Amino acid sequence: MLTIKNLHAEVEGKKILKGINLEINKGEMHAIMGPNGSGKSSLASVLAGRDNYTVTEGEVWFNGKNLLDLAPEDRAREGVFLAFQYPVEIPGVSNLNFLKTALNEIRAYKGLPALEAREFLKLTKEKQQLVDFHSNLMNRSLNEGFSGGEKKRNEIFQLAMLDPQLAILDETDSGLDIDALRIVSNGVNKLRDAEKSFVVITHYQRLLEYIIPDFVHVLYNGRIIKTGTKELALELEERGYDWLKEELHLKESV
Amino acid sequence: MILPFYQALTEDVQALSAQVSAPAATALHDIRRKALERFTAIGLPSLKTEAWRYTNIQRYLKEFPYELLTTATPVSAAVAESKAIPELDCYRVVLVNGHLQADQSVLPEGKGITIGAMSAHTTAPGFAHFNQQPHLAGESLAQLNTALFADGLYIELAANTVLDKPIHIIHVYSATAHAFIQPRHLWVLNRSAAATIIESSVHPETATVAFANSVLETVVMENAELWHYNVQQGEESFREVHTTAAQQYKDSRYHHFNFTLPNTPFTRNNLSVALNGSHTETNLNGLYIANKHQHVDNHTFMDHIMPDCNSNELYKGVLLDDANGVFTGKILVHQEAQKTNAFQQNNNLLLGSKADINSQPQLEIYADDVKCSHGFTAGQFSEESMFYLRSRGIGEDAAKALMVNAFSHDITDAIKVPALQHHLQEQIAEIMNN
Ligand SMILES: Nc1ncnc2c1ncn2[C@@H]1O[C@H](COP(=O)(O)OP(=O)(O)OP(=O)(O)O)[C@@H](O)[C@H]1O
Ligand SMILES: [Mg+2]
Repeated sequence: MLTIKNLHAEVEGKKILKGINLEINKGEMHAIMGPNGSGKSSLASVLAGRDNYTVTEGEVWFNGKNLLDLAPEDRAREGVFLAFQYPVEIPGVSNLNFLKTALNEIRAYKGLPALEAREFLKLTKEKQQLVDFHSNLMNRSLNEGFSGGEKKRNEIFQLAMLDPQLAILDETDSGLDIDALRIVSNGVNKLRDAEKSFVVITHYQRLLEYIIPDFVHVLYNGRIIKTGTKELALELEERGYDWLKEELHLKESV
Repeated sequence: MILPFYQALTEDVQALSAQVSAPAATALHDIRRKALERFTAIGLPSLKTEAWRYTNIQRYLKEFPYELLTTATPVSAAVAESKAIPELDCYRVVLVNGHLQADQSVLPEGKGITIGAMSAHTTAPGFAHFNQQPHLAGESLAQLNTALFADGLYIELAANTVLDKPIHIIHVYSATAHAFIQPRHLWVLNRSAAATIIESSVHPETATVAFANSVLETVVMENAELWHYNVQQGEESFREVHTTAAQQYKDSRYHHFNFTLPNTPFTRNNLSVALNGSHTETNLNGLYIANKHQHVDNHTFMDHIMPDCNSNELYKGVLLDDANGVFTGKILVHQEAQKTNAFQQNNNLLLGSKADINSQPQLEIYADDVKCSHGFTAGQFSEESMFYLRSRGIGEDAAKALMVNAFSHDITDAIKVPALQHHLQEQIAEIMNN
């Protein structure tokens, strides 16, 4: 579904991604871990099309389309979704209106008619329950004055509403208390199916007990330096990243 | 031989006066004569006139060979209908070039309600307020209007009269040649009366240009309340200087909303409020969304004459393409006007590559126990917000429309007529999506 080949990207002249290779197939759950500043959010941003990043080398293919050629909205319409590490607050744009616009723009792209008000409300109710998203937040301005946890839940709620093929969750678990974490993880698990893929970026192995990944990648200094299974996450939790660095130097010098 | 209009304005305004049918009431005749003298003395504003520094009115007056038009020709009802606000349950007043069209209007009736042509009400009790608003004297175009106006709408609500529905006034401007049209209106709300009045205007012809120089005086007497909405969504063939001069008395509330939307190339709004009593509340809200080469000038004046009054002014602008905005917010707090609260804010989104705003607060405060503030911003959309919206599949134009809606929401949210609120939100979205 998604193929990243030798991806290099920079921001404000600073090289951030230095040759990422990653293959994601239908139905897979990938976790990306790595120290602060290693480039995890940058990778997510480049995939979503944030325009302050410049891709200097490499390719990204999504369902046979060159993702890097597409505007951010077209990537979303093709089925890429990014749950932001820091969702923005947009005063004056109601959550409900925002979602309706997004949903209908995606439907129009696919040649589908706009949802009737009744169908939209039904869908909203259903998905709200999935992440226990309070309906009083629906009529409020987008993320304005939301608590950290509410913002993260809103990201997952949007994910559920927009139903993408590939969802990238950037530290959606950070700052969540254990109840919220359980709710969010359950929501994600319910959305999992054979057609959809996920990339979860996280610092905490804790999340991966709820959302069991097929692969765990370690991103370090703009490169994926190791790939393993969920056991790797446990090991990272216990030992940190230094041993990996040493192992890597060892390998490189051999 | 009749002089061309612009030349007459500058050289022989008396000649224009001869074109206006002599008014019946002699008192009015006298007022007109004095106004004409005053106009001649002040002359047309130029770029040297302090209040017109950023608007070259002479350029607009010379733009077409206008003729002074004082009459109305029949206009099909469809013209006014085109400005109807969907789902709005209201009375309707249709004026053509300032002349009331009774057959196209649905007027409120009942005890305490007087509504009709200015020309038919020069002896009504409320007409004593005519031309009394103190700021009109300094404005030469208002003097010109006083001297030469043909007709307009007179409304008087007796004490304790509360209108059950809004009045929607549709100003139709219609002419077969380029025309300069000067309606004059006076609305008086006596003690504890209340009304909601919405204004729209339309100029159906495309081959000829109409320039309206209209003056409205509103008088909000003790404890009365007026909600006043002016929707300027005119045609490319329309130009306008729109003067609203309000007077408020003790405990009264005046809520003014001005919306300027495309496509009229030139709009100048003079809005001034004189507070003649204490404990009043004044809310001045403005929203201008301009595109192409539109020039929109909002010139406002809050005159705090009496103590213990509150005024709140919020003007917001979205300037697209090459649009040019001007905002002036004058607040004058007289020495007697202690315990005044006067707040003013002007925020702008500059979205066009050549869009521009000139904004000037003018605070003159002679009392010492007051709370006054003003603020100004001009900026673009936040890139973060745009990216967030686009990352959800919302195209650039739709994202901008959402953001503009968000920017203007504190003004549109304050609209107390749901149908009007909905209508304007839709109009804003439509403008942004084109
Ligand atoms: N706009 C920017 N200008 C300059 N440098 C930037 C910019 N955005 C990110 N960077 C830098 O890029 C590097 C990678 O940042 P990124 O946010 O991708 O890290 P991360 O792995 O997501 O970290 P964290 O775990 O803290 O979220 C950091 O050194 C960061 O300072
Ligand atoms: Mg990050």
